[in-house]
Amino acid sequence: MAAIELEGVVKTFGPIRAVDGLDLSVPAGICLGLLGPNGAGKSTTMRLLTGQAIADRGRLRVLGYELPARSKDARARMGVVPQLDNLDIDVTVEENLAVFARLYRVPDIAAAVDRALALARLGDRRGDAVDELSGGMRRRLLIARGLVHRPRLVLLDEPTVGLDPQIRAEIWTLIEGLRAEGATILMSTHYIEEAERLADRVALMARGKVIASGRPGELIAEHAGRRTVEYYAPPQARAAVRRAAEAAGLGVRSAGPALVIVGSERAPAGLVPEEAITRPSSLEDVFVELTGEELE
Amino acid sequence: MRRIEPAAVLGVMSREVANFRTFWRSTTFSSLIEPMVYLLAFGLGLGTTLVTQVDGIDYVEFVGTGMVATAVVFASALPAMFGTFVKHRFQRTYDAILAAPVDVEELVSGEMLWIGLRAGVFGTFPLLVTIGFGLEPVPGMLLVPFFAFVTALAFAGFGIAVAGSVAKIDQFNYVTTLVITPMFLLAGTFFPIDQLPEWAQVLSQLNPLHQLVVLVRDACFGFEPTDLLRLAGLVALVFAMWRLAVRQLTNRLID
Repeated sequence: MAAIELEGVVKTFGPIRAVDGLDLSVPAGICLGLLGPNGAGKSTTMRLLTGQAIADRGRLRVLGYELPARSKDARARMGVVPQLDNLDIDVTVEENLAVFARLYRVPDIAAAVDRALALARLGDRRGDAVDELSGGMRRRLLIARGLVHRPRLVLLDEPTVGLDPQIRAEIWTLIEGLRAEGATILMSTHYIEEAERLADRVALMARGKVIASGRPGELIAEHAGRRTVEYYAPPQARAAVRRAAEAAGLGVRSAGPALVIVGSERAPAGLVPEEAITRPSSLEDVFVELTGEELE
Repeated sequence: MRRIEPAAVLGVMSREVANFRTFWRSTTFSSLIEPMVYLLAFGLGLGTTLVTQVDGIDYVEFVGTGMVATAVVFASALPAMFGTFVKHRFQRTYDAILAAPVDVEELVSGEMLWIGLRAGVFGTFPLLVTIGFGLEPVPGMLLVPFFAFVTALAFAGFGIAVAGSVAKIDQFNYVTTLVITPMFLLAGTFFPIDQLPEWAQVLSQLNPLHQLVVLVRDACFGFEPTDLLRLAGLVALVFAMWRLAVRQLTNRLID
């Protein structure tokens, strides 16, 4: 049974169709990256899954519970890590965890708090007010709070947005550990690297819909080939290469001062200038190929 | 109506208790000192110069017992308004709570109960201070925390409903100016309302704070049969405000 099943879900806010016929299935035990630019409908999807938004149309099942009717049962077995820090900053680290252990009806509060403290590596800061923690510690605590009841399903909403690279790597390690324990993870992100590293599968979202989904490698191979070329040159030189690439039926776009040719291994000999930079194709290339929009 | 789970309500309250532990000293200090300042000012100012007795009661005791209602409204309606708005809009606390197995109804119930309990305790401080100023303790006074609790529940519900209705925090000014301040002044705390024009007397009967003032004075100086009716009115108001708060906050929190 899939941990999350959405079929034809629609959610409008006035004239805006935030989620517009969304189909998504997250099999149990995998990490699915929901990838899309700001405004694609990722956050609304997360709110639909926690019952904080009610769909206008469509079918939603979480851990086998029909939403919104059985939302509370689903929430009891699901952990949510929000994009924005909403810890109680004057309260101690351990009390923040204890309150949520109670809200999740955990039988042994003390044991759950100890386990969450170990997970967040904050055992020695347990008595400190959240206000005294660094940004990275607060983010670890926020994640541990969402896991205090050992949920089977975890929703991570942009888990590393706004964090510096070192802290981001720390959080990735934490998520990796969670994945290894067999939890199902739905992670929304607009960072390509995050999705490529952590997700078993990704679903690309644009304008309220999933436009493509699958394993990152397969999606890239299918839509963007193996390699992509970035050609930095004066406009006239770029224009000439662009015409030739288009004539050869290759995906082409401008990215600032560069011409990007997607799936360049299929280019006829001599088309790609020698000074062009070749790199492996990425999900970003897939996304642009499919939507014409940039991700980040 | 859906089932309300006590564990969810208690969980919401436990969050409030954890936060309250960080600021109880300042709140307790001001709750004790404020009635003292009022009693000294009115007792020494008005009480020794213009009025000595009202309805056969020493003026200091008249004001002191009436100030229970003042303490209750300021410990319930205002924290409910500002607290709810801040937790929703600025701290996003409610997003976190509602992601747990807690419904808006349980959230509102927990918030109301906690504010009610807190205001029930702090509401009795003016009475304790007045006893210090010479009011004779009587058994009826043991009901005062209960009266304060019930009234505070109603104002907590009112405050949450207001917070769930306004778009910006400064719109609270309309509510304090048009609702809270007139209620506070026309409660019969500082002067008896039976000398006001008839329309003001009728309005006062609809004022829950006035009902609390009468209940507290009667607890100190002798109950009347009509007090049961007053209490029943307050209980009905609690229920109405609870439902209103649940409705307004649901509209605000669930898209």
